[in-house]
Amino acid sequence: MSGGLGNLIKTLQIDTRLLGMIGAFIVISLVFHVATGGTFLTPRNLFTLTLQTASVAVMATGMVFVIVTRNIDLSIGSMLGIVGMLMGVIQVQILPDFLGFGNPAIWVITVVIGLFLGAAIGAFQGWLIGYLVIPSFIVTLGGLLIWRGGAWWVSKGTTISPLDPNFVMLGGASGTIGVTASWALAIVGSILTILFLINTRRKHISHDFAVKPLWAEYALGAILVAAICGITAIMNAYLVPTRILQRRFAAEGLEMPEGYTEAYGFPISVLIVLFVTIAMTVVAKKTRFGRYIFAMGGNPDAAELSGINTRMLTVKVFALMGALTAIAAVIASARLGSAGSSLGELDELRVIAAAVIGGTALAGGVGTIYGAILGALIMQALVSGMGMVGVDSPLQNMIVGGVLILAVWIDIIYRRKTGDA
Amino acid sequence: MSTPLLEMRNISIHFGGIKAVDDVSIDVMPGEVVGLLGHNGAGKSTLIKILSGAYKKDAGEIFVDGQKVEINSPIDAREHNIETIYQTLALSDNLDAASNLFLGREITTKFGLVDDTAMEAESRKIMARLNPNFQRFSEPVRSLSGGQRQSVAIARAVYFNARILIMDEPTAALGVHETAMVADLIKELKAQGLGIFLISHDTREMMDLCDRVSVMKNGQLIGTERVEDVTEDDILSMIIMGKNPKKAA
Repeated sequence: MSGGLGNLIKTLQIDTRLLGMIGAFIVISLVFHVATGGTFLTPRNLFTLTLQTASVAVMATGMVFVIVTRNIDLSIGSMLGIVGMLMGVIQVQILPDFLGFGNPAIWVITVVIGLFLGAAIGAFQGWLIGYLVIPSFIVTLGGLLIWRGGAWWVSKGTTISPLDPNFVMLGGASGTIGVTASWALAIVGSILTILFLINTRRKHISHDFAVKPLWAEYALGAILVAAICGITAIMNAYLVPTRILQRRFAAEGLEMPEGYTEAYGFPISVLIVLFVTIAMTVVAKKTRFGRYIFAMGGNPDAAELSGINTRMLTVKVFALMGALTAIAAVIASARLGSAGSSLGELDELRVIAAAVIGGTALAGGVGTIYGAILGALIMQALVSGMGMVGVDSPLQNMIVGGVLILAVWIDIIYRRKTGDA
Repeated sequence: MSTPLLEMRNISIHFGGIKAVDDVSIDVMPGEVVGLLGHNGAGKSTLIKILSGAYKKDAGEIFVDGQKVEINSPIDAREHNIETIYQTLALSDNLDAASNLFLGREITTKFGLVDDTAMEAESRKIMARLNPNFQRFSEPVRSLSGGQRQSVAIARAVYFNARILIMDEPTAALGVHETAMVADLIKELKAQGLGIFLISHDTREMMDLCDRVSVMKNGQLIGTERVEDVTEDDILSMIIMGKNPKKAA
């Protein structure tokens, strides 16, 4: 990196790894944009891309904690399958009998039960790992087979559909918040970001710590606000196709006005990802629980000697992974509008790849939530881009596999150079 | 005779068939430094880990200020103001100095979130006293030198108003200058009335810093002597032969 740019990045205190990942995402997007003749970087495709990334992204944040504590969870794809299947049965075959079809309580009860189930399965696996000291690789490899078999057994291999109409809004294009709410959210987000920057600076000054020059704070704030507004503008630029609008007007017995348009705005599933990302970042950086996860990953003995109950911590980390898998199960089944017994198949590998591409070290102790989200986005961009170009799926898998290995190799070189092993 | 600050009485622990510590009694008075000497595997570190709550004893009793106490975990030890500097330092290498210093005892904001700014400010204060050259507060401790890492471990033990301090080989990884700093610190803490257990292989250093030395061999206590009553050679023969030549004579 040239001196001037290097200094700029240093002054702004931006993570170079983050820049590298954003760079990789931009390069991948540009290559596919050219290769597809200009259809990759369109609001429509970017909208779809975020929808497709959502469920893997949610799980990847939990996988960061799992890997940071020197564990692995291979069972999440199957766990997603069985939790999604059970939620399908609950909302389609059980609750409507009591509450009536389309009752708004159905999706709430279903999601709550799903979260509980996911956390319970995760906690059980965490107990086997933490207290019975069975390696997580084995416990979750067993889980991969057990829960997938269970998902099939629940439905005898059939697919549960159609899912509850309210529930379906949590997953896909049918559940978006519209233009006005999206902009309102962007404004609130921007204000909170700026307040956060101001508060951090004040706190540092009050303790006489070194602070960035004022212009750097302004620049950082401007970049963040621009990013928030840019993403919102993209989501708001994707217009609902005319025939869908016509159908909606027709359903209410109205004539659609000439030249009427409407945009989607943020999908609810993407807002869920956003919420999970922020919540998990706060947990990682600002709670004792998060601090202990990283302490345990860095040196389990030291954590133990500091009075941290590492066994219980393991149970909690896997329970959290389970709950996040349940959220992913909601998003994935809602997007498809159905729950099949193969739902979530191979997701464990996508999620682990996303976390690792995002800079989570398998040796433990190192990893970031935003990295995992970006890792998930890069993977999905690669997969859907190749699909659009017409690469057939066996070759897609081979390329994704190669990229995973390449990404980890680059990461190893990066760590060696920066010295943060 | 006044009450010892801390007393371990008839302590035993075994791992499988091996008696790692066999009926050992030691004590420390306020403002006293007691050295523990012995070969590798003599049971010094094991004895000390019982006191710090890392191991659970099979038999014996522990008294603080003459009151019997139960120490079953590192948290129990901390509640009795017993702090330990481990030979391995027990630092999480991926965390910065402040996070390590406060590990398990984080300062939190009124919302219950960890207050990194406050912890770093406190770390800066204690480091200004212990190692004024220390400036690398925002880096993972992995990237620090041996001496800097040692001062983080010492700061952690001293910060929380320890009354009883256990130092397991505190100078093993240090240079001459840093070793002298640790020696000065031990004298300062002693003057403040702390009771200190010091483990070291350096007999000369022990003769200089300690008031009494207890020698262990094969899990058993060979004897406890005031340093002015013995020579370095006496200590060495206690370590090697398992008996005090003067008493045997």
